[in-house]
Amino acid sequence: MLHATEVLGAETYDAHGNFVGRVKELFIVPADQPNRVARILLGRGKYRPLVAKHDQVAFVAPGTLKLNVDERVLEPFEPNEAWLAVRKDLLDQQIIDTEGRKVVRVNDLDLAEERTNSTMEMRVTRVDVGLPGAVRRLLEGLVSPGVIRRIQENLPPKTIQWEFVNLVEPDPLRRVKLRLSSQKLEKLHPADLADIMEALSPAERQAIISSVDEETAAEALAELDERLKAQIVEKLDPEKAADIIEEMAPDEAADLLADLPPETSQEVLAEMPRAEAQEVQELLRFEENTAGGLMNTEFVFVGEDAAVEEVLEWVRSLEVEPEHLDTIFLIDKQAMLSGTVGVGRLLLASGGQKMSELKSELLPMVSTEAEDVEVFEIFDKYNLRSLAVVDANRRPIGAITVDDVVSRLRQAA
Amino acid sequence: MNLLSTLARVGQWAVRGGPMQQARRVRRRMVILLAVIGPGVITSNVNNEAGGIYTYSLAGAQFGLAVLWALVPMGFALFVTEEMCARMGSVTGKGLSDLIREEFGFRVTFFVMLAMFAVNQGNVLAEFAGVASAMQLFGVSKYISVPLAAILVWVLVLQGTSRWLERIFMTFCLVYFAYVISAFFAKPHWLIAVLHLLPTPVLQHVPHVKQWITPTPFNMAYLLILAGLIGSTIAPWQHFYLQAAVVEKRVGPRQYRQTRTDVMVGTITSVCIIFFIVVCTATTLYAVGHKEITDAGEAAQALVPLAGQWAGALFAVGLLNASLFAASILPLSTAYVICEGLGFEAGVNYKFKEAPIFYWLYTAMIVLGAGAILLPDVPLVKMAVLSQVANGVLLPFVLVFVLLLVNRRDLMGEQTNTKTYNALAWGTTAAMVVITLVLLYFSMFPPTGPAGSAAVH
Repeated sequence: MLHATEVLGAETYDAHGNFVGRVKELFIVPADQPNRVARILLGRGKYRPLVAKHDQVAFVAPGTLKLNVDERVLEPFEPNEAWLAVRKDLLDQQIIDTEGRKVVRVNDLDLAEERTNSTMEMRVTRVDVGLPGAVRRLLEGLVSPGVIRRIQENLPPKTIQWEFVNLVEPDPLRRVKLRLSSQKLEKLHPADLADIMEALSPAERQAIISSVDEETAAEALAELDERLKAQIVEKLDPEKAADIIEEMAPDEAADLLADLPPETSQEVLAEMPRAEAQEVQELLRFEENTAGGLMNTEFVFVGEDAAVEEVLEWVRSLEVEPEHLDTIFLIDKQAMLSGTVGVGRLLLASGGQKMSELKSELLPMVSTEAEDVEVFEIFDKYNLRSLAVVDANRRPIGAITVDDVVSRLRQAA
Repeated sequence: MNLLSTLARVGQWAVRGGPMQQARRVRRRMVILLAVIGPGVITSNVNNEAGGIYTYSLAGAQFGLAVLWALVPMGFALFVTEEMCARMGSVTGKGLSDLIREEFGFRVTFFVMLAMFAVNQGNVLAEFAGVASAMQLFGVSKYISVPLAAILVWVLVLQGTSRWLERIFMTFCLVYFAYVISAFFAKPHWLIAVLHLLPTPVLQHVPHVKQWITPTPFNMAYLLILAGLIGSTIAPWQHFYLQAAVVEKRVGPRQYRQTRTDVMVGTITSVCIIFFIVVCTATTLYAVGHKEITDAGEAAQALVPLAGQWAGALFAVGLLNASLFAASILPLSTAYVICEGLGFEAGVNYKFKEAPIFYWLYTAMIVLGAGAILLPDVPLVKMAVLSQVANGVLLPFVLVFVLLLVNRRDLMGEQTNTKTYNALAWGTTAAMVVITLVLLYFSMFPPTGPAGSAAVH
């Protein structure tokens, strides 16, 4: 096994044993193969640098590289954005370990040699993020490779398999050229993805949000702190921002839009579908630490005279998230809140029963101006899972669910 | 069927528009503003630690008002260098050690970090020296006070209470106002003191004015104390700390103006405190010919006009707070910066097993720092001042990295330095190099005579 830093700087000789130059950079061409060192940049001092292809390499060892062709066959070097550079793009940079779910810094790369008839290919197998790589980087060139290898054997290795490495490239065009996919990130739990994003720089965070699908982006954003959320969304183009915000619950969307500069939030709202934009805009009127600020406008309410089977049939036809379904609110003829029915009761009831027969004895509700502390108390006192928010005419205009309460309490703590 | 008739859209019931529209937004804005004010002010306050207080006191006692003029260029240099770091943190979102690692590779980073460790270790040592001499004024032996302080710092910080501690220490920083009040009680000629903020080496040759000016002696002791002043005011670690704090507070380009204000407020506060300490010691010690400060008791004389017989106690409380403040922040931030730069897990939210290097570094700094003070016959004041000199030696190197990085267009975009700014910053760095060389010369060929030896004590 070789290490990238042992090959970088290696003296290179051609098929006739003539000195060509030193290895300056190793390139992977992800479009061909994801892990093969496909091009080798040879620096020649004041002369033009040359590039050797993977099939032109006869032999590699720490500090030396032999080609199987004549120097004159090698092509002059032209920079190529679609090539992944080991030294520039990987060494010392931060990458995401999608298996360990964290951000790490690359000390070195492990390369496996693959021998065929007259060529020797190098393939990246692992990324070294631990002490052995660090010690090698420190001592290389000062102490003989043999000594370094001996020291390393006594150090605990810490490596990540190349398949689990996710690179973050801020430039979207280059991301495409390098064939960087975000599938591995999309499979992470949103909370882990959010932690990873917090450990990265703003440009890299931006890259992640715009490369993962909207649903993942919305879920990850929801886990980030307020300021970070706003900073990220502000830099997205309004259309993309709107797509992501649509995926969020209205109350979360409102919290987020409130943190954006007014012009930006107007632009984003303009890009959203009418109904959703309106919903969010109405929530924006309320102060954050009131019931209005906590509530969600997605909730289900029915007339109290409706029969259970009618309601079930109707609810099935709705496009409503299951988590907003655990309590159904009842209204009377004046559209005033008259009761609540837990889904549990609905399940146990017979089809012909009227909804009003099922409603709970207590009917807690709050006005939009109620302070959040009051809301918490009501939740605690009545062991609620959701609580209706009503306007001055006692008409339900939103619902607060227990998960909103929990996350607000945690923020306050 | 009345079910469908009552299924109106909820949204339409809500009242639209109205003055409440922006309520949510305003509230949040204020919170953000308060959150941004901070890193700069905290950094400057941590900076007025034990070593600093001794150096300022010594400067005033030995040369009176003749050191004051240096505060203006010093404050200026402090702002210029700190602002660059704050700007880098805000634009790149990366710490200074991260950037050095990414742009200059592993080996360079390693040696910068090694030097950082050594110099900051000196600073930590000075903080425990501060604890020892403060508690000695209360008659507590250093063999009791220093181990207690070390354990206190180690436990409290690892408990994750550092934010809470920070607030307590910031509150106690009000003790510095004792110097302001004491200066007023000492009744100096304020006009003359302020006049000394102008370059006195020039003023002392101006007719009609020169009679008010304390003569500036250009001997080695004087240069040494100037270098010490600069070393204690512009320390390398504070640049790392400030940038990390800016990154941690997630100050984006949009909030950057507030952060710059914060850095400026911090700089001005820092310089003002030095001004009053120097005026205090100049009036109480220099004026009566008491030019030597060898222990905390003598340094406390500066507070006699305010506190009379309680001066010692007041000084001790201030010194203790300053020392504990810095002792709780320095080891942690050093361990953090080193691990970040070298790519090891860092942070108190990791368990010991997950981030062993971080915890070992942190522990080593406290143990070595406190341990060295416990050796018999350690000259406490001298240790404190010497650590400031070490700061001065490392600083130019750090500034060169800062300047190289802040001018990189691929990192900073439009936010690179302007030409004027670059000229100022490189000028500051060059001045630091000169001062460092002067210091090194003196450390190899110590100045002779009473004035010279006093400066090193």
